[in-house]
Amino acid sequence: MADPMVVVDDLHIVYRVYGAGGDRGTAATALLRIMGRKTRGSIREVHAIRGMSFVAYRGDAVGVIGRNGSGKSTLLRAIAGLLPPEEGNVYTTGEASLLGVNAALLDDLTGERNVILGCLAMGMTKQEAKDKYQSIVDFSGVGEFIDLPMKTYSSGMGSRLRFAIAASKSHDVLLVDEALATGDAEFRVKSHARIEELRQEAGTVFLVAHNLEEVEQTCNRVIWMERGQMVMQGEDVIGIIDRYIEASGGAEVIRDPVTRERIGGSRVPAKT
Amino acid sequence: MSDDRRLSAPGELSNAGNIPEASGGVATAMMPAGSLAELAIEHGLRPSAARPPVLAYLRQLWRRRQFIMAFATARNIAMYTEARLGQLWQVLTPLLNAGVYLLIFGVILGLTKGIPDYPAFLVTGVFVFNFTQRAFISTSSVITGSLPLIRALQFPRASLPLAYVMIELQQMLLTMTVLAIILLGLGEPITWYWLLAIPALLLQTIFNVGVGLFVARIGSQVNDFSQLLPFLLRTWMYLSGVLFSIATLLDSHTFGRHAREIVALLQINPAALYITLIRLSMIKSQRLSEPGAKPYNVVKCGLWRHLATTNPKYLYDSAYCHSVANPSHYWYYAVGWAVFAVVVGFFFFWRAEAKYGRG
Repeated sequence: MADPMVVVDDLHIVYRVYGAGGDRGTAATALLRIMGRKTRGSIREVHAIRGMSFVAYRGDAVGVIGRNGSGKSTLLRAIAGLLPPEEGNVYTTGEASLLGVNAALLDDLTGERNVILGCLAMGMTKQEAKDKYQSIVDFSGVGEFIDLPMKTYSSGMGSRLRFAIAASKSHDVLLVDEALATGDAEFRVKSHARIEELRQEAGTVFLVAHNLEEVEQTCNRVIWMERGQMVMQGEDVIGIIDRYIEASGGAEVIRDPVTRERIGGSRVPAKT
Repeated sequence: MSDDRRLSAPGELSNAGNIPEASGGVATAMMPAGSLAELAIEHGLRPSAARPPVLAYLRQLWRRRQFIMAFATARNIAMYTEARLGQLWQVLTPLLNAGVYLLIFGVILGLTKGIPDYPAFLVTGVFVFNFTQRAFISTSSVITGSLPLIRALQFPRASLPLAYVMIELQQMLLTMTVLAIILLGLGEPITWYWLLAIPALLLQTIFNVGVGLFVARIGSQVNDFSQLLPFLLRTWMYLSGVLFSIATLLDSHTFGRHAREIVALLQINPAALYITLIRLSMIKSQRLSEPGAKPYNVVKCGLWRHLATTNPKYLYDSAYCHSVANPSHYWYYAVGWAVFAVVVGFFFFWRAEAKYGRG
């Protein structure tokens, strides 16, 4: 069997939410809290991942499916080392990176400055950022808008540029969180090809998507999560997705014969 | 881990009866035999959320220096894009600040108490204290404010408080230019002493970085801290001789027989130190009237104490008084504070490195 790239060992992730309780806010409850009668009343905890274990190997493309709030994005952040585990652990080789640079960008600045800033935020040097600059701008297709502040972009243009920046770097373990569904049809084809490239360069790819077709086409393994726990996982992508759709109360999907043959046939990892 | 305060993730299934058991045959198919942790270590995998050792962390931080500077510059530019006057506000804000303080404390309250060139004294104090004050306030919320960034990208988190101090430093450099122009306008001569403001500012920046790191961690764990901070800072400002000369407190009866010790402590508190060092470098009258600048003379010192507030003729005679904290030691104290703050702040921040993403 290939090398393990990501090992998730009985992982628990807990978010702490301040000010979520309904009884907070009033001076009286605050006073009670200070007096020590009621401790930390305003903090509530959300147990987002509740004991998950799995191993992903070199060459795997793992799709993570589940409903909104089932913990998919949290799982990805935990693998990237961005969220500390409450219990258990996540082990990775090399650097696990989330394909997402949005948070580092500033809408008030021009696209040009944002490209450089985004590249630096991902750990490139200034020189590397300058070298990649042209290819990022070309890929995004924003053209002369690159000189304008990003807040003037249409939402499609903005997400294209963000994707272009994020996808300009290859990673050992790549984590993609619904980034594929951006832009128009043409850009989707382009970004899909780029993801495939990154997947070839990366050891392992994790893909979170609500678009199940996307998962079927890209992934050789799938993890189905509900309420922070794993329901099923395995290499039978279509089987698991079908059961997921069934459990969600949806109708059975009708796949076109081409897709069925393509994904139903080979189940080997992309990189062998 | 059961607790009534703890919510599990939402997302109840509408057709939950159909979910197969979690530990079914499919799930175990991908699981190797034996302990997962052992498997991970055997293949050289590392915990993804681990805190790197100090030296490795410093190296990572050094590699991110270009990001830190670019981030600071970008935020500085973005801060004023909405305003019509744009970057001009970077200069206007300190100017207006100084104007307000001069109006209230210089003109209306007449708080000039035995200080020559009060406008220069006040404006310098306000500007220098403002640097530390803004660094404190902006770094106290840097972790909570940058949570989306922390949850999206992997980088040494100390980059963030560092970048925020750099933002304030960039503002401070502009402010110092404004200060120089104001001082020239007030008739202050340009001398070589002005160059001493550079090391003083550098030490203050290092101090601010240290405090920024410290405050950033506290702010990330104690949400009420940023509410409390303005009051702490205002108290600190009034204690640091921004508006008055600390030496005049010697005569006040509030402190009783411990007046000398208390005054000395106030004088070597970091804010007062950096303010004093820059005042001494930029303002000639401060150098001339600094207690201890001339040999002790009990009569002349007494004249300053009792008459300086009413008769400007005696303003400079404070130079004949005893200094309480020794001015020739100011630079040592300033270096000491900077090193102490940055070492303590760094370790304090680094220890919680893996926890900042939790929020």
